[in-house]
Amino acid sequence: MPASPCALRPLHLAFALDGPARRARRGPQAYDPEHYVRLARLAERGTLDFVTLGDSFARPGPDALAVLARVAPATGRVGLVPAVTTTHTEPFHVSTAVNTLDWVSRGRAGWTVEVSRSRAEARLFGRRDAAPADALWREAGEVADVAARLWDSWEDDAEIRDAATGRFVDRDKLHHVDFRGSSFSVRGPAITPRPPQGRPVVVVDASARAAREVAAAHADVALVRAEDPATAGDARADLRERTRALGRDPDRLRVLVSLPVELYCSGDAVGLADLIGDWHADGVSDGFHLRPADPERDLARLVDGTVPVLQHRCLLRRFYPGATLREHLGLPRPANRYAAARKVAP
Amino acid sequence: MTTTTAPSRAPSAAPPLRRMHLAAHFPGVNNTTVWTDARAASQIDFASFEHLARTAERGRFDFFFLAEGLRLREHKGRIHDLDVMGRPEAITVLSALAAVTDRLGLAATVSATFNEPYELARRLASLDHLSGGRAAWNVVTTSDAFTGENFRRGGFLDRADRYVRAAEFVATTRALWDSWPTGGTARPVAHQGPHFSVRGEFTLPRSPQGHPVIIQAGDSAEGRDFAAATADVVFTRHSTLEAGQEFYADVKARLAVHGRDADSLKIMPGVTFVLGDTAADAQERAATIRRQQVSPQNALVALEQVWGVDLSAYDPDGPLPDFDPDPDSQLAQGRVRIGDPKAVADRWRALSEAKGLSIRETVIETTGRQSFVGTPAAVAEEMAAFVAGRAADGFILIPHLTPDGLDGFVDRVVPLLQERGVLRTEYEGATLRSHLGLPEPVRPAGKG
Ligand SMILES: Cc1cc2nc3c(=O)[nH]c(=O)nc-3n(C[C@H](O)[C@H](O)[C@H](O)COP(=O)(O)O)c2cc1C
Repeated sequence: MPASPCALRPLHLAFALDGPARRARRGPQAYDPEHYVRLARLAERGTLDFVTLGDSFARPGPDALAVLARVAPATGRVGLVPAVTTTHTEPFHVSTAVNTLDWVSRGRAGWTVEVSRSRAEARLFGRRDAAPADALWREAGEVADVAARLWDSWEDDAEIRDAATGRFVDRDKLHHVDFRGSSFSVRGPAITPRPPQGRPVVVVDASARAAREVAAAHADVALVRAEDPATAGDARADLRERTRALGRDPDRLRVLVSLPVELYCSGDAVGLADLIGDWHADGVSDGFHLRPADPERDLARLVDGTVPVLQHRCLLRRFYPGATLREHLGLPRPANRYAAARKVAP
Repeated sequence: MTTTTAPSRAPSAAPPLRRMHLAAHFPGVNNTTVWTDARAASQIDFASFEHLARTAERGRFDFFFLAEGLRLREHKGRIHDLDVMGRPEAITVLSALAAVTDRLGLAATVSATFNEPYELARRLASLDHLSGGRAAWNVVTTSDAFTGENFRRGGFLDRADRYVRAAEFVATTRALWDSWPTGGTARPVAHQGPHFSVRGEFTLPRSPQGHPVIIQAGDSAEGRDFAAATADVVFTRHSTLEAGQEFYADVKARLAVHGRDADSLKIMPGVTFVLGDTAADAQERAATIRRQQVSPQNALVALEQVWGVDLSAYDPDGPLPDFDPDPDSQLAQGRVRIGDPKAVADRWRALSEAKGLSIRETVIETTGRQSFVGTPAAVAEEMAAFVAGRAADGFILIPHLTPDGLDGFVDRVVPLLQERGVLRTEYEGATLRSHLGLPEPVRPAGKG
């Protein structure tokens, strides 16, 4: 069926590849890349927008960004969104790693901004004590800010390869970011050229109050954990209002309801399609981020059971019309702030 | 006992052949890399990394190598704009390359100064898991305040402490890698030292290699001692036969103090090469490449790096300055410093006068000449002679073109090395440690 008769608001679907920690600890599959490749390919068969992989320094399992980098060449369309924490890490390295994931995936990278709250994590680094969520999220906002500035610090046409003058780059199009945050500063520019998407997609789980302002200020996708449509709708309205108050266009923020799912049988898969359809019709979300009880089983049921029903009901696309994660999400490639500033300057 | 010694095909008279280890260095961000050539492709697209890695694997290389620079270079207070620049982050690229290669080792250069052991140990162990035992870490110790401006702690580390921190860093990393015995569960690590405090559980079971391979690149006496104490491979710039032999003997002699045997540390100089159908053809190509590498603009920058002052008014085709360098110059940032600028300047001026060379010709003569220039047969023979003569255990090949600068070597030189019996024809093992003939790290006793 052609896409055109489906004139509905697009529905975005994302899937969490992580199982509960108990399973990962026991199962050797947590360390086998083929496990993640299989899941990501399956998600891609279901034309999902992206897959997420959580991370923390206290969680058993490999580095999430490395896992999704390993998955990138084995997939072609699905977005790849690892969690990377900002508390005990270097903002400059975080920015470079996410940028690089965008290069190796040819424009499919995202980043779930996370903080490390526990004392156990603080002790693994021994540099600072555990801190309250508010302070950590304030810093996370600054890290998201400087990361985006570093992604912009090379204008898209900075590389000129001009043999006549011997210049590889036009250095007027490379910018020091000179960022001063409350706990760190970064001089810049990035050591990596601007990534294919301009800026990889920034995802923030905005369920916790402390994270909501960061989501409004910096996220392209906000996740909201909600058990009923009313809660979801309120959270979306609140996020959109905060976004507007910060001078951002609220239509540039996708709010996805993050739902735990457990699909025991194909009936459950159809039931999920009903629920998604109902909530979406109510306009309480831009889509769903599904957190499975058993990733392999639940993703198979989702792709074979839920997705065809949604497609049949004209709620979900049947193919990827674009190549990058931003394109899947209907988000434009951001203009470069430094290029814009240079053009305005006299 | 190691894979370095292959049975000789010659009768008893000849000494046993020494097999060589080969690595492919992705072209770097200095003027060795030629970008003005029509065949030069992207330094950042994944396709370029994939091509070079697949080529190296086709040549049965031990590993693929990525360098690191954590701040764009500056010259005269502005970003240096004449060389290839802009690199991705190494461990992420290598994690992706693990998907498109099977046996090739994957080596990332990562600073021990601007990282923390827990996070890096975890990232390297992750790469080792994701690649089935092919990870390596090139431990570098750059600690200048200029680079520090990109990081939380700034230029916090005294240069004198660079290897003290690196040694504690690697030791802590190994403790974390050892903390999850085979078949067991994690045992908490409790490290307290002058540079780090790390307490808690590591989140990854022991990786396929136990410990990813450790590479060291740095040339001071402290650097050599650090290598002798800790490293599996040394990446060196000593790429002539005599300098190589001297370095080789020096570093290997330092091993005994640490109770290590000579085979447990591989010495691999970074080398460049130019192939031709005849010796004259190769020489001609080499000269052309040198002119591409040293553009008129680049010649002046090279001169300014020695003299430490602005020389932009000089004609690259004219004579060298007749005054002496400024020994305290801060002109160039983000580069290895020239030890004794006055001595270099004297040498350059003497050469220029003796041969009547211009600035550009002098720079071409004195910097970055290719290590191996000749027909494939001549290059194969010379490389084998280096290894036989104990100037090296192998080589890190640095092509001058991205990404197909290694194609000719793999097509034309590798078969000759294999015919001589000095290069493997198939991988015998699956891990980088096995390619390098390195022993498995001692496993802590499992419990439970
Ligand atoms: C062959 C070679 C390659 C190197 N590559 C890098 C690199 O990629 N990134 C980096 O930060 N430093 C690099 N270094 C610098 C060294 O790690 C080290 O910090 C520096 O040489 C100072 O140590 P030293 O005094 O022992 O020489 C390299 C050094 C050598 C000799």
